[in-house]
Amino acid sequence: MDPTDLTLHEAAEAMRGGGISSREYTAACLERVRRVDPVFGAFVEVYGEEALEAAVAADRRRAAGEPGGALAGVPVAVKDNICAAGRRAGCASKILDGFVAPYDATAVERLRAAGAIILGRTNMDEFAMGSSTETSSRGVTRNPWDPERVPGGSSGGSAAAVAAREVPAALGTDTGGSIRQPAALCGVAGLKPTYGRVSRFGLVAFASSLDQIGPIARSVRDLALLLEVIGGHDGRDSTSAEGSPRGLAGGLDRGIEGLRVGVPEEFFAAGVDGEVRASVEASVGRMRDLGAAVVGVRLPHTPYAVATYYIVATAEASSNLARYDGVQYGLRAADPRDLPDLYERTRAEGLGPEVKRRIMLGTYVLSAGYHDAYYLKALKVRTLMRRDFEEAFGRCDVIATPTAPTAAFALGEKTADPLTMYLSDICTISASLAGIPAISVPCGFTAAGLPVGLQLMARPFEEGTLLRAAHAYEQATDWHRRRPPDPAPARGGGV
Amino acid sequence: MSDPSAAAYEAVIGLEVHVHLKTRSKVFCGCPASFGAPPNTNVCPVCLGLPGSLPVLNEAALRSALLAGLMLGCRIAPFSKFDRKNYFYPDLPKNYQISQYDLPLCAGGGLEIEADGRRRRIGITRVHLEEDAGRLVHTEGGAGGSGVDFNRTGVPLLEIVSEPELRGPEEAVAYLKELRRTLRYIGVSDCDMEKGSLRCDANVSIRPRGAAALGVKVEVKNMNSFRAVGKALAHEIERQARALAEGERIARETRLWEAEAGVTRPMRGKEEAHDYRYFPDPDLVPVVPAAALVEELRASLPEPPLRRRDRFADRYGLPAYDAEVLTAERETADYFEACVAAGAEPKAASNLIMGEMLRLLKEAGIPIREAKVAPAGIAELTRLVAAGEVSGTAAKEVFAEMFAAGRGAEEIVRARGLAQLSDEGELERVVGEVLRANPQSAADYRAGKAKALGFIVGRVMKATKGRANPGLVNKILKKALG
Repeated sequence: MDPTDLTLHEAAEAMRGGGISSREYTAACLERVRRVDPVFGAFVEVYGEEALEAAVAADRRRAAGEPGGALAGVPVAVKDNICAAGRRAGCASKILDGFVAPYDATAVERLRAAGAIILGRTNMDEFAMGSSTETSSRGVTRNPWDPERVPGGSSGGSAAAVAAREVPAALGTDTGGSIRQPAALCGVAGLKPTYGRVSRFGLVAFASSLDQIGPIARSVRDLALLLEVIGGHDGRDSTSAEGSPRGLAGGLDRGIEGLRVGVPEEFFAAGVDGEVRASVEASVGRMRDLGAAVVGVRLPHTPYAVATYYIVATAEASSNLARYDGVQYGLRAADPRDLPDLYERTRAEGLGPEVKRRIMLGTYVLSAGYHDAYYLKALKVRTLMRRDFEEAFGRCDVIATPTAPTAAFALGEKTADPLTMYLSDICTISASLAGIPAISVPCGFTAAGLPVGLQLMARPFEEGTLLRAAHAYEQATDWHRRRPPDPAPARGGGV
Repeated sequence: MSDPSAAAYEAVIGLEVHVHLKTRSKVFCGCPASFGAPPNTNVCPVCLGLPGSLPVLNEAALRSALLAGLMLGCRIAPFSKFDRKNYFYPDLPKNYQISQYDLPLCAGGGLEIEADGRRRRIGITRVHLEEDAGRLVHTEGGAGGSGVDFNRTGVPLLEIVSEPELRGPEEAVAYLKELRRTLRYIGVSDCDMEKGSLRCDANVSIRPRGAAALGVKVEVKNMNSFRAVGKALAHEIERQARALAEGERIARETRLWEAEAGVTRPMRGKEEAHDYRYFPDPDLVPVVPAAALVEELRASLPEPPLRRRDRFADRYGLPAYDAEVLTAERETADYFEACVAAGAEPKAASNLIMGEMLRLLKEAGIPIREAKVAPAGIAELTRLVAAGEVSGTAAKEVFAEMFAAGRGAEEIVRARGLAQLSDEGELERVVGEVLRANPQSAADYRAGKAKALGFIVGRVMKATKGRANPGLVNKILKKALG
């Protein structure tokens, strides 16, 4: 068996049992990266040598009888907007050229403490603004199921790397669907935790009230394992929630007998592709077969989700990204005439068109005279959406919807029309605005052989319920075991 | 106001004061908030605004802000939050300042001031907490260039906004001084304008005397001392009055005080055309001060300086001047009351503290809490003087020794032979010697020149090294010369 087919927990168990060494496994991942990443472009940087050294060290510690953490010797990739000490954090943006993070993000620190090896940084939409990874300044990432199609975004690199067996798991970040949508489009599992569950310290901010770090992997058990490692209170993030997620992996096998699965009609409306709808409806039926009760629920403010999101998220982004000005770090325009010229040219040269569009949108909605009509109104709608969920969760325990309205679309298909691109997040944005946990798991394939994702959402901090339901469904199906075809060798150079 | 046209107008002034809170660490990170370190040494990813860093509110800064709000008679907001004030400037690493916009920590207070011998309560609109910016450092010559020192970035600032109720430069300065005294009383800030730990901007307008409607408001900045505030406001009021008298309109603008020229000049228009796009900082959670904390802080409030001044005059029978000097700093006032509690006669203690003590403290450059003289020592010394055992002149010498060595008064008197000379026979002998040596002065006195007596007394004092009992000397002299 090809070791790269092992899931994260399988690899960890195999290492504990002596079936494989960390060095062998890590070397297999790196070999896979060397072979397929020139085609898929999932990574922006691979820490090959250091990863191997860390693997050898992990093996040595294990041989010496040291207990080791839950992820001892297992390689994990990290999205390019999460800081790792001494490594670049580029957000796939030219404006952060040369910026090296002087500290570890809390999530990275906890991965390391659990024994994980950071294999490299993965590609993304610039500053996580996009749904296809096409706004990256670091080149294209391709969908392992069809290299002519996008991997989704913004965590497209993380999802593609996991789908292509380059790494068993990766951290992504999700602001409006950036973990779940690429996971769906790449046929892997992705979890956006409850807002506040995972520390944002060290995550380069896009929209602070929405951003969450979360895992992408090839099994729900892996997601549970990773959330146990990276989740929990952190004094360095004021919005971090008290307590720690525990017993998630242990509670996975309790089944879903009697679990109430809510199905909101608003998420199956026009715009959702027929094949996607059929797959998701079939998977809800599968959950009923497993003992769940299926109930209809309503989320009446869903039609306002995209508009609300693009006001709140861009408003915060316009302020969060103001710091990239060429003064302290990153790109600085050459020979500025004066201060305004330094600001203007640095930002003109360093930021891509989608980022500029969102900064302008956000600046506009916060401006005097428009603030109340847009920003304040959006906050009110956000509250209404949160209430929608509270009411719906009075009738059910999880809510099932499609993760994305369509399967992976062609590279370049939507880049000319931002609004069409924004609608790719139509199913994922609501959970982000409400701050609730949501997961995407593979639930079928289109006739063209492209994966489809099932999204499940749960009450705040009920990741346990969410993971248990997703796991029950996953174990009853084999979508997650399907493996994308190996690519034809790339022409030209490697990574 | 020398210009006659000014008399037709009344000034309306509101002050916006920023003070540095004296906390150990910065307001949103753990870096030292102290000053004087080499540039960019008191910095971390958070105050540098590096990508991925997040602010966490310093509880000590919150306490100080709440304490200041309570001391200034404000309501403490049951729910408050931090907002981002967005603008680009190189001393602001995130290009937004974490401040408070529509829900300040404290609002609706007031401060009693005394100006021109009259007491008035000036309303305080709001008190809020925010972070300071860095400092631009420009280097001259050769390559030249500018740098930013981020040591000050993130130092906690309290913004205190007064109602537009100040009626002239004198009141404005009195308000500032009272605010400084008040905040120093609770120890939250040094309020040192010269060192930049208290900064003040003013909103100034004028209106025809007796009119209800307000005139056009001009913001005056760049005043770096109390004196500058007084002069800048006087100038600005006069400028506006002259402009109105000449039929001009006052422009709503920001003007900078230029101390050397003694004028205010408009700031360039571009720099003030700001839309700060305030919105709640999503990186921080709302502040909901615990009722128990607020009550604990309220219970810890000291008596305000002005009220303490009144009480010192009433209760200890001190002259107004003494009461003001003694209550200027809380430590001095506490020290004085400790002396009285230890048995010192109030006026005698006041004289010693205001005279010798404050002078010696200033020379030594130390605060009163570090003085080696305990309040009981002051009480002992004043008792010795009152009992006639030490003369007033010798008392100063004794005090200097107490201050320098920290020894007790009686011990010093004994060791240095400074006990007052009240032996009548001995004094008669000394007086006889002095009169023999200064026959002209004796003759002058007898001829009606009363002043000559003072000279003779001085000689007697010198001959006894200041130990002679002055009452006894006078008595003996008058008998000898009479």
